[in-house]
Amino acid sequence: MTALSIRHLSKTYASGVQALRDISLDVEKGEFFALLGPNGAGKSTTIGIVSSLVNATQGEVTVFGHSLERERGLAKKLIGVVPQEFNFNQFEKVGDIVVTQAGFYGIPRARALQQAEKYLRKLGLWEKRNSQARQLSGGMKRRLMIARALVHEPELLILDEPTAGVDIELRRSMWDFLTELNGQGKTIILTTHYLEEAESLCRRIAIIDHGTIVENTDMKSLLEKLQVETFILDLAQPVSAAPVLNGFEVRLRDPRTLEVAVPKSEALNSVFQQLAAHDISVMSMRNKANRLEELFLRLVERNLPGEASA
Amino acid sequence: MSLQEQWVAFLTILTKEIRRFLRIWPQTLLPPAITMALYFVIFGNLIGSRVGEVGGFDYMQYIVPGLIMMSVIQNSYGNVVSSFFGTKFQHSIEEMLVSPMSSLVILSGFVAGGVARGLAVGAIVTCLALFFTDLRPEHLWLTLLVVLLTSVLFSLAGFINAIFANSFDDISIIPTFVLTPLTYLGGVFYSLDQLSEFWRGVSLLNPVVYMVNTFRYGILGVSDVNVWISLGAIVTITAGMFCFCLWLLQRGVGIRH
Ligand SMILES: Nc1ncnc2c1ncn2[C@@H]1O[C@H](COP(=O)(O)OP(=O)(O)OP(=O)(O)O)[C@@H](O)[C@H]1O
Ligand SMILES: [Mg+2]
Repeated sequence: MTALSIRHLSKTYASGVQALRDISLDVEKGEFFALLGPNGAGKSTTIGIVSSLVNATQGEVTVFGHSLERERGLAKKLIGVVPQEFNFNQFEKVGDIVVTQAGFYGIPRARALQQAEKYLRKLGLWEKRNSQARQLSGGMKRRLMIARALVHEPELLILDEPTAGVDIELRRSMWDFLTELNGQGKTIILTTHYLEEAESLCRRIAIIDHGTIVENTDMKSLLEKLQVETFILDLAQPVSAAPVLNGFEVRLRDPRTLEVAVPKSEALNSVFQQLAAHDISVMSMRNKANRLEELFLRLVERNLPGEASA
Repeated sequence: MSLQEQWVAFLTILTKEIRRFLRIWPQTLLPPAITMALYFVIFGNLIGSRVGEVGGFDYMQYIVPGLIMMSVIQNSYGNVVSSFFGTKFQHSIEEMLVSPMSSLVILSGFVAGGVARGLAVGAIVTCLALFFTDLRPEHLWLTLLVVLLTSVLFSLAGFINAIFANSFDDISIIPTFVLTPLTYLGGVFYSLDQLSEFWRGVSLLNPVVYMVNTFRYGILGVSDVNVWISLGAIVTITAGMFCFCLWLLQRGVGIRH
């Protein structure tokens, strides 16, 4: 069964910006799907259309077989959305926000209270239920939006950069939580700038750039597409020029640091043998970038400043 | 959504709206009570005693229905315009837009909230008025019907204002420059008979005149205009505005990109 099917979706904003150009995408039930792309690529616009916050200019969206146009009510019940920006009333109490959201889905109050408690507890916000939302920290606000999105037990959970501005520890616990949900059969789609996040959570991935999908495949075959991996070597002694290594491209970053591009077909042993022959000893070695990141940069041919360390 | 779910959703908005204006009662319930009490003291008691009779009633009796109506109008409008604009401004309108609630439920919920505040303030002002004069409605059901319809109508007007508003200025301009003149010139303080032919004609273009007079007819049994035509007009305008609001919501005007 297809959880989400997007066909020929286009969006031109009133300002004239063409945010999406004829994208099509399928996400199967039970999948954990990543939507990746640089700033302004069109991720939030896509999610906005799927969650009825943005009107599409053209195209069709179906959620578990229900057309968003013709059976909007049915489709909406199956979706839970965690938006990129905080969109709750800052002066309302945490508990009220979640209970009210359940009410909007027609869930009677007694059950709404149970559901709210269940998810506020799961997301570690139960103690905060009587605080005003504005008194929460950024990470808590994001968890509040996750609890709110789950209160009506949607089958498809869509998260727009759920871990932006969330510390490492909390991010890991969020990952565990999402993995658990996925294990229970919920379909999850997330956008992220942290490629490590996509790699460790998602089995399928689509890359979007300038409003078009440039790649849509499973994580494994995507990584296999990566023909070359770049390593950074820290040297014991400074060298004056980059040594010439047979079959590898070498660049001298500074006298004590080399960058070596290793094709998939070559063994790393050969690098070290040749370096040893040049009397160069290596103290430590690391990947220049996450592999996915390298691929990503290649695919979108554009720099993502400040994100190499994610 | 099933009918029952729609009902739950409607009640959710309504209780949220009522909780909101009760929570901020010093901004919502107290000011009209104070203003109207001042009107009663100054116009009714101090000045009213020199004005003499209007339409066969002493001045206090004559203006009380108008003042009750005025507070209902201002508060129904004010509740919806600020609550809906606030929801838009904080983006929490998105909580409703992602849910399966129909536009009809959303609109009804906000309008019911405006009516709740309009009637609550109307009741408070009526109680205050009882300290100054006697109120024995001549036509109770007509009185209740017209106050309800007026409250719905101005809740809808507030909704339209909020839909088109882009800033807090936009939600204070209309009340100040349109709503206030219309109500003050709406026959609250005087009978149209006291005006010259020309200004009487102009006044008859003001919809508030019909509501105030129909309400006054309900309480005192006197009116400057034909009550049944007024009632028909109010019902028609209210229905028209309701459809217009629904259409705006459905289109997503002002709330969806
Ligand atoms: N409300 C809007 N009005 C006009 N243009 C918009 C609007 N929202 C987004 N855009 C434009 O549409 C394009 C896509 O934006 P979108 O928010 O979908 O990108 P994104 O992939 O989510 O980016 P980010 O990673 O920064 O969140 C951008 O060029 C953006 O400027
Ligand atoms: Mg975005």
